[in-house]
Amino acid sequence: MDANEKRKVILENYSHPYNMGIAETDGYIKTNSNNVSCIDNIDLYVKIENDIIKDVRFTGEACAVAISSTSIMLKEIIGKSIDDVLAYTSQFKNMVDDEPYDSNILNNANVFDSVVRTGNRKVCAYLPYNALLEAIDIYKGVDLKEKKG
Amino acid sequence: MNREDFPMLKQDIIYFDNGATTFKPKCVIDAMSEYYSNYCANAHRGDYEISYKVDLAYESARKKVADFINASRDEIVFTSGATESLNMIANGFFAPILEPGDEVLITLSEHASNVLPWFKLAKTNGIIVNYIELDSNLHVSMANLKKAITPHTRVISLAGLTNVVGDIRPLKEICEFAHSNNIFVVVDGAQSVAHTKTDVKAMDCDFLAFSAHKMCGPTGVGVLYGKSELLESIVPTNLGGGMNESFDSIEEVYLKDIPTRLEAGTPNIAGVIGLGAAVDYLSNIGMNEIELCLIKLKKYLVEKLVTIPHIKIINEECESGIVAFNVDGIFAQDVAYYLNKYHICVRAGNHCAKMLKNAIGVKNTVRISLYFYNTEKEIDKLVELLQDKNKILNEMI
Repeated sequence: MDANEKRKVILENYSHPYNMGIAETDGYIKTNSNNVSCIDNIDLYVKIENDIIKDVRFTGEACAVAISSTSIMLKEIIGKSIDDVLAYTSQFKNMVDDEPYDSNILNNANVFDSVVRTGNRKVCAYLPYNALLEAIDIYKGVDLKEKKG
Repeated sequence: MNREDFPMLKQDIIYFDNGATTFKPKCVIDAMSEYYSNYCANAHRGDYEISYKVDLAYESARKKVADFINASRDEIVFTSGATESLNMIANGFFAPILEPGDEVLITLSEHASNVLPWFKLAKTNGIIVNYIELDSNLHVSMANLKKAITPHTRVISLAGLTNVVGDIRPLKEICEFAHSNNIFVVVDGAQSVAHTKTDVKAMDCDFLAFSAHKMCGPTGVGVLYGKSELLESIVPTNLGGGMNESFDSIEEVYLKDIPTRLEAGTPNIAGVIGLGAAVDYLSNIGMNEIELCLIKLKKYLVEKLVTIPHIKIINEECESGIVAFNVDGIFAQDVAYYLNKYHICVRAGNHCAKMLKNAIGVKNTVRISLYFYNTEKEIDKLVELLQDKNKILNEMI
């Protein structure tokens, strides 16, 4: 994919973000991720059942990269197991941190590979991943308590 | 004007973020380098030649700053910047004298540094922080100020010129009214001192805080001005070297006179010398000249921006070098990234005035803050890039 095509994918996901908005929050874990310096602010609603990401939706206000990254993340993770999602997330983190990563796992999220090298855009691209990891932690915490009970 | 004095302007960039910090002229850089290269010693020693030279340079900078704002030499305390100055005023002067229920008046457009020290006193001392209502163009009117005052009001703390709206406060009138009601006035001069002639005697403020780096000086140094009798009462929050006269035991500690009493530890000597050079530089150009230049540039920019239908300016009316705007439907940060591709530096965000959203209903803006070395040609380039919304949308990634 050349730079132009990558930009098109990013802008398409910004103009028509996937799963933006939520009507019924029952059964969803809600987490927030924000960037205080530029007011990117995203609420993530994550539904996890039997260690599978059943659904994720989001609301918020943020720049094109943060919105687009959230949209693409959602498309990549819904229906996958927590373990697969954690593996995917760690590769995405490696990409934004300029560390070696497996581009095969990232699929469409590879479109951010050059954007994250400009200014503070890596913070924007990674924004939804913070909220996702927190939701998984909360899910695991709930699970642990149930096991203890 | 004076572009040739600034090494940073040799680069292919257009710098419109002067509200955050300004570029430094070569004479300021040279003055600091000269200190480090040719007479690098500590201050307040004077036992050998280069050390004596440091004392002279350091105290001469104090005199220059005093003259620049029409204060006396002993009314100038060097700090790390406007933020530290404002914290010293709140914690060192007001914390010991304000009582629970006493009120401090600020506005929603103040910078964090003129908000959070007062919030802290609200927590620790039980003071009340109230707000002077902003009028429809986000300015402070005397009518609204008078309306906000109660019998419990003890302090009015305002920016001379706000960093997002760019409005200039009628400080002389405010001080006169405040003092006739036994109210202290604190001025956050971080923006105003760099943009307009400041005369603390004519204004009659009680305290003024400002930073060197927003007025062609170095980072890490600033000024706390206070009327002598008020500075006398400031309780030093930092104690140590340089500020004590002598000490033998807990009961026998003798401190130096102001302003040195409030400058514990080895000061930012190079910074202070750089600030002195910056003050000389600005004085040579003339603060009135600078103000006129900024108003002219701002007018030129606004006249062009208002013709672009997808641009909404937040502060069309202010008479300073600050313009805050949004491009309809595009996040401010994306506009900033788009302009960055053309080497134009602007700031996007809330600009540390995080309560302003409650007054303007907009969380985020793109801010252009001009200084005298900006040109109409640079503004033309900016305006040309903002004309076509589709171009912004296509190129912001």
